[in-house]
Amino acid sequence: MKEIHISSLRKNRFVHGILTADLIIKICFILIILIIFVCLFAPWLAPYEPNAQKLLARLRPPLPFDRSLAGFPLGTDELGRDLLSRCLYGMRLTIGIALIGSLISMIIGVTIGTISGFVGGVVDNILMGLVDVQIAFPFTLIALLVVALLGSDLFTFMCVVGVAGWESYARVVRGHILALNEEPFIHASKVAGAGIGRIIILHMLPNAASSIIILWTMGFAGVVLLESSLSFLGLGVQPPTATLGSITGYGRNYMASHPYMAAIPASLIMSISLVMLLLGDWLRDTLDVKLKKEEVK
Amino acid sequence: MDFLFPMGLDPSIHYEMQVYFGLDGSYFEQYWKFWRGFFEGNMGISLSDRRPVTEIYGERIGNTMRLFISALLFSICIGVPLGIIAAVKRGTVLSTVIMSVAFLGYGVPNFILAIFMILVFSFSLHWFPSSGNTTWMHFVMPVFALGFSMMASEVRFTRSAMLEILGADYIRTAYAKGLKEIIVIGKHALRNASIPIVSVIGLQVAGFVGAVVLVEVVFSLRGIGELTVNAAIARDYPLLQFGIVLWAVVVTGVSLIVDLIYGLIDPRIRTVK
Repeated sequence: MKEIHISSLRKNRFVHGILTADLIIKICFILIILIIFVCLFAPWLAPYEPNAQKLLARLRPPLPFDRSLAGFPLGTDELGRDLLSRCLYGMRLTIGIALIGSLISMIIGVTIGTISGFVGGVVDNILMGLVDVQIAFPFTLIALLVVALLGSDLFTFMCVVGVAGWESYARVVRGHILALNEEPFIHASKVAGAGIGRIIILHMLPNAASSIIILWTMGFAGVVLLESSLSFLGLGVQPPTATLGSITGYGRNYMASHPYMAAIPASLIMSISLVMLLLGDWLRDTLDVKLKKEEVK
Repeated sequence: MDFLFPMGLDPSIHYEMQVYFGLDGSYFEQYWKFWRGFFEGNMGISLSDRRPVTEIYGERIGNTMRLFISALLFSICIGVPLGIIAAVKRGTVLSTVIMSVAFLGYGVPNFILAIFMILVFSFSLHWFPSSGNTTWMHFVMPVFALGFSMMASEVRFTRSAMLEILGADYIRTAYAKGLKEIIVIGKHALRNASIPIVSVIGLQVAGFVGAVVLVEVVFSLRGIGELTVNAAIARDYPLLQFGIVLWAVVVTGVSLIVDLIYGLIDPRIRTVK
């Protein structure tokens, strides 16, 4: 009974937080819901197949402009493919890759951080050394190298994108675990005979959860950016399948005469990353009590 | 390697090509060859250009360094003062505006900023050329696109570092002595705040490299970032390999310089053995 009470209280705090948040945050939440909706229902929302070509209707601008066609609200690209459909499917793929990628980096980071914080000693030194290497070396270049060597099918690409950014999780989780190790309730559960796995999963990770969630929001935006930069460079998923980044990349070739082809997907990427970052900032302010105290000081 | 050869190639020629590229030995022998070449200054020949890769990079590194250093200077010259203002005038409209701009720079990827800048300033207003690297005019937009995101993070860190320092006791003492605000902030606060600021800039150098690559590609600036990307797309392995090595050297070099500056600012670090 007690547990149910606590969880409902937490939920209330979250809902309460949204209702009392700034207007910007409310708009962000609406946008997030919209993005999720669009991603889930892209096949029903898109008027055409994303790769269906209609060569007679090539390079038509969006609706209110000259030469636009009624059936293509956002215009068409160089092969007469409907930009609206392509952007919808592209966004779906971008979000999907970012979701899986950020989950991979979260799992790697949390695991490494837990091991490093719990085992300590030499293992800790080696793992934290790895973290320093990851911070010091430009990840875009590693990604370039890996994609060039292994090719870029969807799975490799997700893994590459997922390996980026694990180091922030590792550092934060390690810090939490080191701090928690000294807490009385952890000592108590050790004395009570709880196994290592039980202590870590039931007692330690829930205490680190809010930090992990905040990092994940930030990391998600980071993965969206990394994915779209790599796709933009032509190193992402192979055509004709497109993500927002590669649509922007192709649009760049026609920028002088057809600016909308790059501008529309580019602004979509921009809004996704801005919305996620704003939400991450807000979450950090509401959930992280420790940080709030520091701010007040 | 096989994808470079045409289909149905004669096996003897295939073997000759492997010997020519030094791919016949074991992995260990190949690795040994790589290191010997590295110290003799022989890093192989580009597969598509048929010239030594060191020569190709030598022509281009100037452009990249020019872009990188001017963007860094631009971001520091704008970002640090803005961060100070945001900290000193916290709670005012000015500070909110600065922080919003910084947030925008943080969240907008720079290739997208670059694309919008080309659309507006090159194609609509015709102020700056959209690509190339011949005159200083060509560098204005790349430097801004690159410097803007750097600036954003510097504003954020400068602000938080300054806020921390401004609450310290010795700042109150300095005010109480009747010193002018500009001296308190410039001499007492900034010198202490500059330590975390410099270390943050040093840590971010690695992240900036990815941004340099993108900006060079968007503006067709012939630097080493664009070259590395094209090598990756064309699978020109010697070229790509040396590119990665070169970038590692650049990043390490810049980090070293930052560390030296660190010691210059903070006497405590100089004396620690």
